[in-house]
This record gives sequence, structure tokens and C-alpha cells, in this order.
Amino acid sequence: MSIWISIIVAGLINYLTRLGSVLLIKPQKLNSTLKTVLNYVPSAVFPAIIFPAVCLDNTGLIVEFNDPKVIATVIAFLTGILSKNLTLTIITGLISYWIILFF
Amino acid sequence: MNGKTKNFFKASIDVLPLLIPVVPFGIIFGAIGIELGFGPYVTYATSIIIFSGASQIVFFQLLSAGASSIVAITSSSVISTRHLLYGAVMNQYLSNLSIYWKIGLSYILTDQAFAVSNEYFKKNKKDKFKHYYLLGAGVTLWITWQITTVIGILLGSIVPEELGLTFTIPLTFLALLINYFRKIDHVIVIIASGVLSIIMYDAPFKSYIIFSSLISLLIAYLIVKMRKQNI
Repeated sequence: MSIWISIIVAGLINYLTRLGSVLLIKPQKLNSTLKTVLNYVPSAVFPAIIFPAVCLDNTGLIVEFNDPKVIATVIAFLTGILSKNLTLTIITGLISYWIILFF
Repeated sequence: MNGKTKNFFKASIDVLPLLIPVVPFGIIFGAIGIELGFGPYVTYATSIIIFSGASQIVFFQLLSAGASSIVAITSSSVISTRHLLYGAVMNQYLSNLSIYWKIGLSYILTDQAFAVSNEYFKKNKKDKFKHYYLLGAGVTLWITWQITTVIGILLGSIVPEELGLTFTIPLTFLALLINYFRKIDHVIVIIASGVLSIIMYDAPFKSYIIFSSLISLLIAYLIVKMRKQNI
């Protein structure tokens, strides 16, 4: 298959994953329980992106508790809880990661 | 400024901190595409046609490792299935829009655009121009992704790998989730999803993201059910 066809197919499917539920689900037909469950979507999806990126190394093995990424994530977490500031949380996490890595 | 432009630009500003990982990631992606031998046109085309960083990287990595097109397409699509969940949430607020708006907004429904819009929509349910907020966030992210891909294609790996900037990706999602950590029901769902994603990490076609999301949503469903029965 030519690379261009592959990209277009991948792009189309990718787009359908974004458009699919917008077209197919009628919000009026969702019962109140399901609507409440939708409030949990960030809590259900984002950790699946966060945890492997922090807890696994390049080979997919679980890192040690004193890994720079783990420590920096804990610091970012505490900063976020205390400051409630999105930018500060990200920046503090990155700077502590650099400090642990380079010093 | 009327409500439309106000919402558009408010979103562009709200999404700025979320660009911290997008900028280096876009540059890295552009450079990787060239390094893996896909050439400038193919590399850039994925940023317009697929427009999803994680899916694009996996797509290239699998193809260059000799996987078949079917495997590469399947994996990049499975990674994208999380958007089905974002769409389901957004749809509650956007169901009155015309089909053209839905078609357009779906294209720019990324993780970050979803995250900021979801917070805004929850607080501004009655704002009749709220879709301009999603538009502003999505367009800002889109432009940034296009420009940074081109920078990566033209200038190569100008982002030193030692800086570990890909680490800003989990940091950003953590920052987006931070307020949910104040509620015990959400904490249960967060831990469940995180632990499941580690356990299922080796599942075929990178399906760990959608499976851990769905199972932890099932847990959320049980929590909601139990609470209703107790009332």
C-alpha cells in the first residue's frame, strides 16, 4: 500500500473517532447516570497517558521510586494541589526534573 | 469585542500553558519524520491529515520498523479512540449546532482543546457562543502544531534530547487533572486507570489507553450507581 493511501486511511479513521460520538450520540437520549459518568472522562483517560510516561522507561519496564521523572511528578503534583495553578505546576515539574538530572 | 471573538481569544490564551509540550513535541515529530526517511512532504502531510501527535509518531515508528500498513493504521487509530470519549462529553454542549460546525469542530478536537473546553463549558452552560471557545482552543493548537512540525522538518532535532522535554506531556495532563484529585471518587478512577495502563501497556496496537479508560469509566459508573442508591 502506498504511504499516501495509508496516511489518508489513518487520517480518516482518526477523524471518525473525533466525529463519531458527536454524530451518533443524542444527548437527550442519555440517562442521567450516563451523563454523570461522562464527568469522569478526564479522570479515566488522562492517567492512561500520564502513568506509563512517568512510571515506565524506554523499554517498558517499571522505573525505581527514586527515578527523576517520578520525583519531579510528585513535586509537580504537590505544587498543583497547593497552588491550583496550571502553568506553575508544569514549570515546577520540569525545573525539578532538570535539577535532578543535571545536578 | 462580541461574545464570539471574546470566547475565541479567551480560549487561545487559556490554552497557552498547554503549548509547553506541544512546541517541543511538534519539532521532535518533524525531525523524527525526516530521520526515519519519510521526507518533508509525507511528514508534514500527517500533521494535516492525521493531526494527532501520538498517532503520527506511532504510525511512523511502526512503518519504519517494517510493520505492515495495516498494523500502522490500526495502532494509530486505536490510540485515537480516546477521542470518542471526548466527543461524547463535548456533544452534550454542542448538540444544537449545525452539522457544519460539528464537522469542523471534530477535526480540531484534541486532548488539550477538549481539556480546556470541558472546564469552560461546565462553567458556562448557557453561553450561546461557547463553541467559539472550542474553536479558539483548537485553532491555536492546530496552528502551533503545523508551525512546529515545519520547524522540525526544516531544522531537524534542534531540541536537545537531553532536556527530556517529552516529560512535559505527562506533566501537562497531570496539571489538567489536578483539581480532580480533591474528590475521592475521581481519585479512585484516576488510580484505577493509571494502574491498568501500566498492567496493560504491552497490549496489542497500543490499546492500553482505551481499555484502561473504558474499565475505569465502568468503575465510575458503579460509583455513580451506588451513590444514587444511597440517596
